[in-house]
Amino acid sequence: MTRAPSVKLIVEQDAARLAFAGEWTLDAGARLEAESARALQSLEGRPATLDLSALDGLDTAGAWILSRMLADIEASGLSASFEGARPEHATLLREARYRESDPTEIAPHGPASLLADMGESVWLAGRDVLSSLDFIGRIVAVAAKSLVRPRRWRLTSTVYHLEQMGLRGAPLILMINFFVGAIVAQQGIVQLARFGASSLTVDLVAILTLRELGVMLTAIMVAGRSGSAITAELGAMNMREELDALRVMALDPLEALVLPRLTALVIALPLLTFLGDLAALTGGMVIAWGFGDVSPHQFWAELQYPVSVTRFLSGIAKAPFMALAIGVIASLEGFAVQGSAESLGRRVTASVVKSIFTVILLDGAFAMFYAAVRF
Amino acid sequence: MNPAIRVRGLEVAFGARKVMDGLDLDLMRGEVLGFVGASGAGKSVLTRTILGLNPKRAGVIEADGRDLDKLTPAERSRVERGWGVLFQQGALFSSLTVRQNVEAPMREHLDISPGLRTELAMLKLRLVGLPPDAGVKFPSELSGGMIKRAALARALALDPGVLFLDEPTSGLDPISAAEFDELIATLQATLGLTVFMVTHDLDSLYAICDRVAVLGRGKVIAIGTIPELLQSEEPWIQDYFHGKRGAGRAAPQAGSMLVRAKSSPL
Ligand SMILES: Nc1ncnc2c1ncn2[C@@H]1O[C@H](COP(=O)(O)OP(=O)(O)O)[C@@H](O)[C@H]1O
Ligand SMILES: [Mg+2]
Repeated sequence: MTRAPSVKLIVEQDAARLAFAGEWTLDAGARLEAESARALQSLEGRPATLDLSALDGLDTAGAWILSRMLADIEASGLSASFEGARPEHATLLREARYRESDPTEIAPHGPASLLADMGESVWLAGRDVLSSLDFIGRIVAVAAKSLVRPRRWRLTSTVYHLEQMGLRGAPLILMINFFVGAIVAQQGIVQLARFGASSLTVDLVAILTLRELGVMLTAIMVAGRSGSAITAELGAMNMREELDALRVMALDPLEALVLPRLTALVIALPLLTFLGDLAALTGGMVIAWGFGDVSPHQFWAELQYPVSVTRFLSGIAKAPFMALAIGVIASLEGFAVQGSAESLGRRVTASVVKSIFTVILLDGAFAMFYAAVRF
Repeated sequence: MNPAIRVRGLEVAFGARKVMDGLDLDLMRGEVLGFVGASGAGKSVLTRTILGLNPKRAGVIEADGRDLDKLTPAERSRVERGWGVLFQQGALFSSLTVRQNVEAPMREHLDISPGLRTELAMLKLRLVGLPPDAGVKFPSELSGGMIKRAALARALALDPGVLFLDEPTSGLDPISAAEFDELIATLQATLGLTVFMVTHDLDSLYAICDRVAVLGRGKVIAIGTIPELLQSEEPWIQDYFHGKRGAGRAAPQAGSMLVRAKSSPL
């Protein structure tokens, strides 16, 4: 069985002998430090011989601590030496010898650094806006080049991403919109009943869905689902120098990676919005039937009035812009990923948060625009 | 004395494809065992299987004579604490600094003061030949050679008895590779390590390995000192040591291998 590390003080006239025994290894953990500190204290200013002949085991940690003791005694102006070390222990004591080190510490966070952080984030937010504009400009240039020479357009990649973002995203979008349509209808029936206006529920569901909720919910889901995927893909490629590999092949990552994804997003989001609108109206219809005694036939008839082409367009017209915003933010964040896994995680989070925020801002901007042009 | 690692009848398969087929291997305490084999022969798979990162279909793996499958999780964790692993790509945690990487295993397994932990981490960095200012760098800021050294420092964090190295010198320039070999030899002698080293580097084999095992057809097809292997009839071994890249090395350097006087562990 292994013996715990120990050290015994033997006083010989005005010198002292420290007899070490047991396993001076990492397994002993805190005991190593406690024992050595105790031994140092017990010396009481006597020169010492560190007797290692009864030592059972030694590793780098033990060697470090023993040689640190030696250095500590010598630092107080007294003589100290090792004695009786086995050859393998002597090697260890030489290689793992104590040396003063000044591990550079990271500055602690104070109130000043908090202020500095705030200032920096404002500055960074401003730069974000500028770099998105710059990025959009470059994307437009690349897209224009691809339009002139359509053979450079990556059709396979675009279709692949269209499938990932559109087709595979559809079930989720349908479900979410269905439930939200149902919830709006249910609240409409209950709340409007107090004014005896339950019959307006159909109008409520239709207008809210077509103009605001359908496109916004869909865009938020796409930001969470596809925006994060874009950032993670581009970010991981950036980490492993795959983007640099593209560049040295004289390929523009914007053209090869970003343009297909952006195109797919701009096509997919309006299509998904259309599906989402249908799902929300269906959800409303089911609830109106179940809770409001409005038969599907009746619902359909009442739907004719609020549903108009302009109303439908007013909602779906926002979709390409939201898609563009999601794609640009996601790509920018992807390119900003640095070497570490943590940075990838932070960028994916930032991508989703910023795109959702921008989607809502855009929706507000459209509302003001529509109001201004009395649409 | 029991071998540090004993493998008997190991079978590993991915789907229908058998990668290990009845493999036997003994890693003796205190030796440096080189492990060679064609690319895709399964050297990494074998290492990962011994480490318990890959499921095996059949066979027994023993550490110090104890069947790893029969250990309780706590016992197994103790055995694994005695192992240090240098992965092929380094596998440093990218969001921690080099020093924090070395401290990570200590933080999990040891009860020592943070100050001592930091000092020991810096000591490990010094032992592997990294300058002190490398401690505050992040892995993405290091060169390939420095990553290998930092990963080696982390592998040594808990003073393991057995060190697994997967192609430690691949991707290094010949001078750095030679330095790395020398480093492993020095550490092995200083710390009394048992080393299992997968490598493609003939220089490494000649420089620091006590024995070399050759993997082929899912088995160890030959094992022994390099002079013994040179006698082998196996065509792959013949090609490996006498082929274009191996030729001319066998004769002049076979002697230099003996320069590093070392008591045989066998
Ligand atoms: N996770 C896995 N799934 C399927 N096959 C694998 C897996 N890992 C390794 N292999 C196969 O096992 C074989 C051995 O691989 P590896 O051990 O990496 O070779 P090497 O000897 O070059 O290190 C290869 O043919 C590889 O394709
Ligand atoms: Mg491999």
